[in-house]
Amino acid sequence: MSSPEWNNPVVKWVDDRLPVFSLMHHSTAGYPTPRNLSYWWNFGSLALTVLIVMVVTGIFLVMSYTPHVDMAFDSVERIMRDVNYGWLIRYIHMNGASMFFIVVYIHIFRGLYYGSYKGPREILWILGVVILLLMMGTAFMGYVLPWGQMSLWGATVITNLFSAFPIVGDFIVTLLWGGFSVDNPTLNRFFSLHYLLPFVLFAVVGLHLWALHAVKSNNPLGVEMKQPEDSIPFHPYFTIKDLFGMGLFFMFFLFFVFWAPNFFGEPDNYIPANPMVTPPHIVPEWYFLPFYAILRAITFDIFIIPAKLGGVLAMFASIILLMVLPWLDRSKVKSCKFRPVYKWFFWILFLDCIFLGYLGKKPAEGSYIIMAQLATLYYFAHFLVILPLMSKIEKVVDLPESISAAVLKKSEDA
Amino acid sequence: MRKLFIAAVAALTLSASAAQAAGGAYVPELKDVNWSFEGFFGQYDQKQLRRGFQIYNEVCSACHSLRLVAYRNLSALGFTEDEIKEIAAEKSIRLPHGDAGALLNDDGEFFTREAKPSDKFVSPFPNDAAAIDANGALPPDLSLVAKSRLGGPEYLYSFLMGYMDEVPEEVAHQKGFILNEDKSFNIYFPGYYTSMPPQMMDELVEYEDGTEATAVQHAEDIVAFLNWAAEPELDERKSLGLKVMLFLLVLTAMLYALKRKIWADVKH
Amino acid sequence: MADTATNVENKTEDGESRRDFLLLATSAVGAAGVAGAIWPFVDSMNPAADVLALSTTEVDISQIEEGQSVTVVWRGKPVFVRHRNAEEIEQAAKDDSASMVDVQKDADRVQKPEWLILIGVCTHLGCVPLGQKPGDPRGDFGGWFCPCHGSHYDTSGRIRKGPAPLNLAVPPYEFLDDEHVKIG
Repeated sequence: MSSPEWNNPVVKWVDDRLPVFSLMHHSTAGYPTPRNLSYWWNFGSLALTVLIVMVVTGIFLVMSYTPHVDMAFDSVERIMRDVNYGWLIRYIHMNGASMFFIVVYIHIFRGLYYGSYKGPREILWILGVVILLLMMGTAFMGYVLPWGQMSLWGATVITNLFSAFPIVGDFIVTLLWGGFSVDNPTLNRFFSLHYLLPFVLFAVVGLHLWALHAVKSNNPLGVEMKQPEDSIPFHPYFTIKDLFGMGLFFMFFLFFVFWAPNFFGEPDNYIPANPMVTPPHIVPEWYFLPFYAILRAITFDIFIIPAKLGGVLAMFASIILLMVLPWLDRSKVKSCKFRPVYKWFFWILFLDCIFLGYLGKKPAEGSYIIMAQLATLYYFAHFLVILPLMSKIEKVVDLPESISAAVLKKSEDA
Repeated sequence: MRKLFIAAVAALTLSASAAQAAGGAYVPELKDVNWSFEGFFGQYDQKQLRRGFQIYNEVCSACHSLRLVAYRNLSALGFTEDEIKEIAAEKSIRLPHGDAGALLNDDGEFFTREAKPSDKFVSPFPNDAAAIDANGALPPDLSLVAKSRLGGPEYLYSFLMGYMDEVPEEVAHQKGFILNEDKSFNIYFPGYYTSMPPQMMDELVEYEDGTEATAVQHAEDIVAFLNWAAEPELDERKSLGLKVMLFLLVLTAMLYALKRKIWADVKH
Repeated sequence: MADTATNVENKTEDGESRRDFLLLATSAVGAAGVAGAIWPFVDSMNPAADVLALSTTEVDISQIEEGQSVTVVWRGKPVFVRHRNAEEIEQAAKDDSASMVDVQKDADRVQKPEWLILIGVCTHLGCVPLGQKPGDPRGDFGGWFCPCHGSHYDTSGRIRKGPAPLNLAVPPYEFLDDEHVKIG
């Protein structure tokens, strides 16, 4: 699409030297978007919105936070009690982490359902998985900063995961800690990285958007845009749709901030960290629970891999696996709308993930372990067995000729 | 197909809850209290907070610190500046040293000064070791106790009212349960035995506002006060929340109308 | 996109203007919301409640001999408390008629003539003037001297020579009794 001619001489002067106006035009009024996007496509811009909210609230929290084991807890309480609107900013930040994961998980499952990871969007998808990994790291380190009991013990358990690796394990753990246990040096480096990573996130989100603008959005039909009638410009159609979605989303978000601010949190984190006493139930934040369940499901040695290492590898593999997803699913059809059999397996996977999350919250004993093992088995089987198999044997429904053809047919039927 | 996996999920969920019931120790359901600060519009009852403060000040503060709350915060309970000054001045703060730098005064005691409104509540013991020494166990700081216990104010109320003279059968028959005559049995306390003897009895304090001094009243009042100590922002939080929600409702409705207008002629 | 272009052309005048009004109204409400959302962040940078609670300082003045000065900290700034002797009081009153940049009577700057209480920050560029300790230079007018750019203050803390534009400021204070002053 060619750049528009700018009438305003100042705009033209700037644009000739730094084409910001052309860039804005290309990503708004000049950006063709499939006309049939559903509300599930709102969650990308929502994720960016939450990222911005997190960075802004975070920057203001840092103005009153002290990263030191003796003062961190009290400095957070000072924010809650003495800093003007400190409670609001802190609760937005705290609940914002959960909101970020809710939005991003929906965004991911939407991509899974509509086959948004398939060509030509492989790099777009892989960048998304990188974003997820960065988010997880950032969230984990942020949770350590208030220095409550869950901060300390969560950090202890998660950093100890690395000790599972043979030979280099202990070296890595000591390096992460900067000492012989999770202590002040650990808190300081986590603070530093927690401040850094969101900006790395911004950069990767930029790449994610760049890739998106190169390959354009997928859509509920999974049929690429072929002709002008298939698309409408992003602005004003999707700017207003995204803004409306944001209104709804902020009502959901702020409901928790104002009426149930500790709904997603653990009470134990309001007890100052005590290296001598471990809380009876250590649970990670809800967004890590499915992965935590996979970690704990491996209670047996796999050939020469000891159980502890096996659990860690399985957990990391469950995320890394997503990166090769475009090459595991060889089906030509993107959208589950036209995949009558695979559609059901998608929903089973979805429930499997929820179930894994439920199990991650439960103590690892008795029947819970067996259930977690079965759920983990399904998780991996879905990607490594069912998907490749489906691509071969599934009979797909005929695809519509084009987006506009389907849209017109739908409105005629109505 | 759908029926099949709904059945499978149901079966898994059922077996999961069965497993849970088998694992845990016996804990009755928490007692439910209708707090004034519950729900969408719920706010603190200032009179109740004052009664609760009176109980903390006259009873709890003998052992429990409240280190994150400052005397100046009592203005939220309706105390005037002079009253707060008086309340603070009853306590003294140990100074690191005197004016001349000496650690102890001529009588061999620590230098002290009266507490001021800007000071945090003075703790009953100089450090944890002294507190354990005097009480047999560490009496927890109460500033965040309403937030740091599962069940929050309901748990605290249940705990305060959960002391029993006789160990109930459900507990006595549990594997590994051992009677402990030195401590107090409390059905809601994790592990059942607490070093704190029961406190909530009629006439524990004589209320300044003339409210009848029953054990139940005391328990409700002190828990309300402790909830305030943990969440002093609650009143402001909810009232601001209502305004923000109302605003968002209007804005979102307008955005929706605009969306309808802009999309009116586009088939999608 | 040809399709949408024709759609736009087909719009009636009426529909167009109603949409414009809605767009304007929604933008206005949205802008108000953004402005409202910014305030908590700005306000969070204002002094917090615990800082405000420390905004007064009580000084015991019973130990300050005539002719002596002490410096106390109030709101993070030095405050000069000088117990003036008769000579200094007389000099300050006499200088009321002298020419100066920031004209003020000595009587307007003190509550009790023997006690001069000033914020010890030079009104030029914020240095702390000398003159509190016995050996310090006190400038040409016997008050304070700012070493940074050479401002001279008199025995009432008024600027008499040098680049400073204003007299040393008098903080709000009150005598609680004969021995205690509350600053702030």
